[in-house]
Amino acid sequence: MIIQALAFYVFAAVAVASGVMVVTSRNPVHSVLFLILAFFNAAGLFVLLGAEFLAMTLVIVYVGAVAVLFLFVVMMLDINFVALRQGFMRYLGIGAAIGLVLLAELLLVVGSWAFAPKARQMADSPIKAPDEITNAAALGRIIYTDHIYLFQASGLVLLVAMVGAIVLTLRDRAGVRRQRVGDQIARRREDVIEIRKLPANGVNSGGAGE
Amino acid sequence: MTIGLGHYLTVAAILFTTGIFGIFLNRKNVIIILMSVELMLLAVNINLVAFSSFLGDLTGQVFAMFVLTVAAAEAAIGLAILVVYFRNRGTIEVDDINLMKG
Repeated sequence: MIIQALAFYVFAAVAVASGVMVVTSRNPVHSVLFLILAFFNAAGLFVLLGAEFLAMTLVIVYVGAVAVLFLFVVMMLDINFVALRQGFMRYLGIGAAIGLVLLAELLLVVGSWAFAPKARQMADSPIKAPDEITNAAALGRIIYTDHIYLFQASGLVLLVAMVGAIVLTLRDRAGVRRQRVGDQIARRREDVIEIRKLPANGVNSGGAGE
Repeated sequence: MTIGLGHYLTVAAILFTTGIFGIFLNRKNVIIILMSVELMLLAVNINLVAFSSFLGDLTGQVFAMFVLTVAAAEAAIGLAILVVYFRNRGTIEVDDINLMKG
């Protein structure tokens, strides 16, 4: 129990600290790397909560895909980040004020609520003991049965996002010569080869004038 | 020393507030704003998983998975829009994004 509590405090502290570093660090590349650290520690919190499948998904999806995408864009775009930090201090006051008010409200909510007495009995799909069924197997059983339409819809969301990203970033450059396979296949011998009779005595004088 | 639901909710609240704070702090840099949005979505996910674990209901984890999906799609589309915008205007300052006069 002590080890669990210790692990929680370590994961939570590192996650919060790296979250703060994401928004305050000078170099956006450092921001992305701190974002990766925050996601790793959130995955640790998920493991502590018994959601191993989501923890691994978080590492794969966020660290493996989203963070690399951010890193790629940050490094690909030639942006003057110093100019973007002009006015950084101007919004510090109002940002801190709104943040503190929101945090106070959230903590008030966290401190003063209670479960309804029957909340545990109303569970839609109760979590079984870990030695009975693993977290991934239990999730799979309800994703592919109870939530199949939502699952398919989320697949559709990803498909639309993929097509949208490709359509947005694909561009036609003028003056680029590309291979056009259709035209090549559609070429017929009759269209491009012409056989002419030449006079027997003058090969040089025959075609030169045309 | 036992860790309850309140501990997790507190962590999520702090992370969410950090995301909001980041949006205000980096008002000009769209990339950091997108990262702040990701932080806020992560905080929401922590909330969902914590409630799921402490209520003994697996549905919260399913919800967290769908949030993860939508967050990934949102990041891809947002960064694609960012790349196109940078290609056309040569800057990503939020204040300059006023073509639609909104």
